[in-house]
Amino acid sequence: MPVKGLHTVLVDSFLALKEGQEKQLSVVLEVKNLSKSFIGVQALKDISLTIRAGEIHCLAGENGCGKSTLVKSISGVYTPDLGEIILNGHSYHSLTPVQAMHEGVQVIYQDLSLFSHMSAAENIAIGRLKFENRAFVNWKEIHRIAEEQLRKIGVEMDLTRPVGELSMANRQLTAILRALAQNAKILFMDEPTTALTKKEVERLLHIMEDLKEKGLAIVFISHKLDEIFSVADTITIFRDGEKIGDFESSELNERKLSYYMTGREVEYPRYHRTRKETEEILELRDLGRRGQYENISLKVRPGDIIGLTGLLGAGRTEIAMSLFGLNPVHKGSVYIDKREVRLRSPMEAKRHGIALVPEDRFRQGLFIERKIKENISSAILDRISTRGILNRKEEALTAQTYVDTLKVRTPSIDTVVGTLSGGNQQKVVIAKWTAAKPRVFIMDTPTVGIDIGSKSEIYEQIHSFARDGMAVILISDEIQEILANCNRVLVLAEGKEVAFLEEEDLNREDAAERLSELIGGQGGQKDETGEVVL
Amino acid sequence: MQRIKTIVLEDLNISILTGVTLLILLLCAFAFGNSMYSLKNIQSMAFQIPEFGFLALAMMMSNLIGGIDLSIIATANTVAVFTALLLNGSWPLGLDGWPLVIAAAIIGMLISLLFGLFNGLLIARTSAPPIIATLGTMTLFQGIGMALTGGSSVGNIIAEFAELGKLKLLEIPFIFWLFLLAAGILWFVLTYTAFGRSLYLYGGNSVAARFSAISNERLCISVFLITGLLAGLSGLIILSRVNSAKVGYGDSYLLQTMIVCVIGGIHPNGGIGKVQGVVIAVLLMRVMSSAFTIMSLSPYTKKLIWGFMLLLVLGLNYMVSVFYEARKRKRERKGEGV
Repeated sequence: MPVKGLHTVLVDSFLALKEGQEKQLSVVLEVKNLSKSFIGVQALKDISLTIRAGEIHCLAGENGCGKSTLVKSISGVYTPDLGEIILNGHSYHSLTPVQAMHEGVQVIYQDLSLFSHMSAAENIAIGRLKFENRAFVNWKEIHRIAEEQLRKIGVEMDLTRPVGELSMANRQLTAILRALAQNAKILFMDEPTTALTKKEVERLLHIMEDLKEKGLAIVFISHKLDEIFSVADTITIFRDGEKIGDFESSELNERKLSYYMTGREVEYPRYHRTRKETEEILELRDLGRRGQYENISLKVRPGDIIGLTGLLGAGRTEIAMSLFGLNPVHKGSVYIDKREVRLRSPMEAKRHGIALVPEDRFRQGLFIERKIKENISSAILDRISTRGILNRKEEALTAQTYVDTLKVRTPSIDTVVGTLSGGNQQKVVIAKWTAAKPRVFIMDTPTVGIDIGSKSEIYEQIHSFARDGMAVILISDEIQEILANCNRVLVLAEGKEVAFLEEEDLNREDAAERLSELIGGQGGQKDETGEVVL
Repeated sequence: MQRIKTIVLEDLNISILTGVTLLILLLCAFAFGNSMYSLKNIQSMAFQIPEFGFLALAMMMSNLIGGIDLSIIATANTVAVFTALLLNGSWPLGLDGWPLVIAAAIIGMLISLLFGLFNGLLIARTSAPPIIATLGTMTLFQGIGMALTGGSSVGNIIAEFAELGKLKLLEIPFIFWLFLLAAGILWFVLTYTAFGRSLYLYGGNSVAARFSAISNERLCISVFLITGLLAGLSGLIILSRVNSAKVGYGDSYLLQTMIVCVIGGIHPNGGIGKVQGVVIAVLLMRVMSSAFTIMSLSPYTKKLIWGFMLLLVLGLNYMVSVFYEARKRKRERKGEGV
């Protein structure tokens, strides 16, 4: 410890005390020693946290580090096992969602939870009307409430349009206004910028600062480091359900922050293509589907890991679905081994050796109530049965093999998938399609919501698939993930190709910045419903 | 002891159900003795079980994929009407005696497959919710039967067919053997075949099944084909026992099949449940019915006891699973502490 003069120490502590007292007055939320565990997983360990009015407090951490669990405990979705939540001076062991709302806790989840067929005004006002237990709808009142909120943040927007027709940015705004209408004192925003263009992000951050000036406490959850640094006053870092610490944003830089978040200097090994084949396995020529994407051309050779990136809604998932036979194309053609193929169902896609790890693990990827072995064999039932009768020995053998290759941590292959951690669940989904021995493996955001350890193991697997001659298409919006895994990258925006980066481009020093520019830089595009004028 | 425990815990629902059934059988033995367990009474129960049993198996199949088939009773009756019209010579086939019986039975089964196919195509192709689609086809099939009969019963079928309903092999009714055979085949198919497995997967999560390159359409159609066939067989059994066919026979069976499936551990949302459970539940229902008859209870009291049984089994299931969850969690926590 550096030696300080007594005088300095005294003055310092006096100042700290004084500052502390001043700040103490405006504490909105205090969490003390909160713990919460799910079956087998300790999601929150002894978390304490203080949030004050008029500050933007950022919760940072990897996916699955406990941020969301904390928010859900505060907003009354989960009941904590231990600990205390103090809101506006009232102490709770656990809250109901209604209690949380009465205390002014408002959460904007990633999906925004809006009624897409109702107008923006209705969406904004309905919470308040419900909150006040009104029995009848008063249209005048609805518009009055909505406009009042709009004035608070000083922007303009067409409130009569159904939310489904609004741009993502304006939907986001609607959700914020809804929270304000319900007298929010503390506003949680869970990764609000994922689907926004750069310009829209800037506007959102601006609005956040504006609200902060008005005395609202904002808790911002994000894993985008630049955004965190541009708005946060205080940053709390979580890792594996534990709080690493509270930091003033001036105390940290991006390197330090990411070190604290991951607990190590993460440097994933880069992938370099070593296969010599020049013939492509898969080729897309001028592929298009109305309203989703157009003029997409792509050649994939064995050993290629092609990154498919762009903002949410840029058309990445739609292309993947088309290749898997679930989203018929309107234009263009797909060639496998130079022969044109029609992909009208997943069965046909599978026959041509195409596999897909879908975006939504729980809904699309897994049979959550079924055993690991039953999940792994689900795509190869035809292969492991003779004359319709399932060969259970072979099923178990296959399952065990792939559980071992993918390093799924489980007591046995008879374990029900739902009890595994996110990372292990995802490995089961990958195992399921690896067992089908695909030639083209499409993975749609395969590492969302899983821990670092599993992440690097999955990367290792992807690399080894490619080295063995598989062609991989990796959809991702994490720049680090793309750089670590891909030897070519296709960047999309609004369904069109924006750029195609070759290996040389990716090897350059500024590759990360360039990618992030390309992905988020479509701010110049006109927003069809962009009535917002700042 | 440990092994027994594992077996019991493996399928809690069936264990509880078996327990309750044994208890009731025992109680019946004490209370009624011979009047319940005489050969005659057992045989009479065995004659009554199959028509309902086949319908329950049909309902089970549709429930396993998360659907429901409301048209099973209508299918059974209309198939019975068709077959009866063939068997009493209204629609002459130019055959007589056993050849006629066999031909009529085969045609009856083909018609039931046709009805099933219609349901299956309707649901798979239009993605209509099964409950709505089969509500429609229920009315349609009933209408066909009505149009053919004008609502009156069709009798006068040849005696050979009626004999099938009375036939006994090794003191056990032929139709009961049929029921056991059908249950056995279904058990084998559901447990040991790729088709059975994909059916459970589809019922558990149809979206994930689609993403696993399982053909949901084909599965759905197959299931409704089986459902139709089982319902049709029930119709043939009814015809052979009652000697006549009539639209509207056994309408109350529809809700009872659902109750039996729930008691038997079939999850109405699909993907969970076993044939064994349904078979045990069907037996349990029959034994209790018989007990009610011996006690000469009024039909009103019977209903009350049915409802009570359903709640009892559901409640027991719930309580036992909560109890085990809690114990499991406790054990895990202890394990962590060490």
